[in-house]
Amino acid sequence: MTDTPQVLFKNRRPGETAFLAEYQRSGGYEGLRKAVKMTPAEVRETVKESGLRGRGGAGFPTGLKWTFFPADQLGEKYLVCNGDEMEPGTYKDRELLLADPHQLIEGMLVAAYALQTPVAYVFIRYAYERCAQNLERAIAEARQAGFLGRDILGSGFACEIFVHRSAGRYICGEETALLNALEGLRANPRSKPPFPAVRGLFGKPTTVNNVETLANVQHIIAHGADWFRGLARTESGAGTKLYGLSGHLNQTPCLEAPIGITLRELIQEHGGGVWQGRKMKACLPGGASTPFMTAGQLDVPMDFDTIEKAGSRFGTGGVTVFDETTCMVEATLNLNNFFARESCGWCTPCRDGLPFVSWLLRQIETGKATMDDLQTLRDQLRNITGTSFCALAQGAVGPIESLLRLFGDEVEDHIKRGRCPLKS
Amino acid sequence: MNALLTETQLEEFRTRAAEMPHPRELVIDLLRAIQNNCGWVPDEGVELAGEILGLSPVQVEEVATFYDKIFRQPVGRRVIHVCDSICCWSRGGEQVYGYLQEKLGIVPGGTTADGIFTLLPTCCLGACGEAPAMMIGLTTYGDLTKERINEILAQERQAALSPLPRGEG
Repeated sequence: MTDTPQVLFKNRRPGETAFLAEYQRSGGYEGLRKAVKMTPAEVRETVKESGLRGRGGAGFPTGLKWTFFPADQLGEKYLVCNGDEMEPGTYKDRELLLADPHQLIEGMLVAAYALQTPVAYVFIRYAYERCAQNLERAIAEARQAGFLGRDILGSGFACEIFVHRSAGRYICGEETALLNALEGLRANPRSKPPFPAVRGLFGKPTTVNNVETLANVQHIIAHGADWFRGLARTESGAGTKLYGLSGHLNQTPCLEAPIGITLRELIQEHGGGVWQGRKMKACLPGGASTPFMTAGQLDVPMDFDTIEKAGSRFGTGGVTVFDETTCMVEATLNLNNFFARESCGWCTPCRDGLPFVSWLLRQIETGKATMDDLQTLRDQLRNITGTSFCALAQGAVGPIESLLRLFGDEVEDHIKRGRCPLKS
Repeated sequence: MNALLTETQLEEFRTRAAEMPHPRELVIDLLRAIQNNCGWVPDEGVELAGEILGLSPVQVEEVATFYDKIFRQPVGRRVIHVCDSICCWSRGGEQVYGYLQEKLGIVPGGTTADGIFTLLPTCCLGACGEAPAMMIGLTTYGDLTKERINEILAQERQAALSPLPRGEG
């Protein structure tokens, strides 16, 4: 398990943060040096060829996203890094920024060069104050060293990076809500189209990418698209991934491993197996908005297409495991309570639908529900699916849909017995 | 109550607002600075932020009330945010929340009689590998046990009572 190439976590040491000297000792800023000798279009093309897909949850191909951006158009335009990481079970960006903040700064500078954006923002959630401080120090160091600011490495390209500290709310991770938040507006999502690439921050073309996504960019430039594709174990996949383990495991580390590693390897080798000698019942493979997977699906490779075929989503790579004693209704209720509370209140299916779903799940969990309530729950899911203004409510539906699909008997058992069958 | 902003802060925010093409983007920084000084954001803070940024009070208010880490009513000197999301839930988060209520003698949303601690729930803190976790001010504490909670509360109480400048929260 130690033979996995460490790209993003290569400088990671327990309780320490690598700053410029250490970062450069391991090849830091070589990607940027190489990038500024290429044309911006060549950099974009290399990222496209690399097969890099967004690491923030949606998995959109980064190079393709960049083709929508008017990089060659003169004038005000922005690169924004989404560091709002607030999806329960997801803590990889925090671990990266605690360990090695220059990974992001260099990645952003290469991306900014590729997109020709003179201004870039890092949007950081409230709980990540140490990450924000690490980034500010890294920015100052990079400026001192001539990697950031005016005329970067003699290329004539100029870029400033600003850190924006937020004040809570999961919805800020939705890219258009994030743009409103950055502008100092109430962070409700915007209607799309127009997409941010056309009208984004302050009405100007903007690209929004996740922390881990951007941190991969300079490595792709330094080592090439083929090298990056070769890091993954699946044919269609590319790169390594930061996986954050949590839940009922003996160990819950955050680690870097190839795209395509199996759930079994993550859980058995890196998580030390299910805790207290118990068996696994289910897991969330990629954060709170990804449908449950079961113990029978452990050999599915962790990649976007393979997990989707298995009925879930790769998401953020945050794997939360539940042991055999877990009541899946109660776990789903906890998940839905999160989404209901974090709803921004903008649209009815989300604002009113999610609390109603929580109420129905609580009725089931406490043994007060009837079979009619179960039908109402199904109706609610149908009402919410595809009708909400942004993806938040859609994410909330994932675990509930999978609860009914995979654990239907357990749900009905609650109703038939008039109590939770997993509690004595 | 402390001053909303120090003279230095006030001058710095005014200068930055005058130089920036979009001063409104400073609103969260301003509200957090005021909260850091006062412990919360009183009406006068909303008005001051609006005046600096060229916004009406209601334009500031609609932002201030959106965020759960901006307090529009008085809180204790240290706000304890207990994670109640799935990973902490799976590893005893509810027991942590219950223990804190018992130990502090307050219900969620309450403040201890000595004005030191306010207890609130929060969504995931990104400390899923160290669950259960809580955040006090801007410090995240993971791997919580009753013993560890006792130690942390004693430390935080002492720090809150010390005359040194306190951290944000």
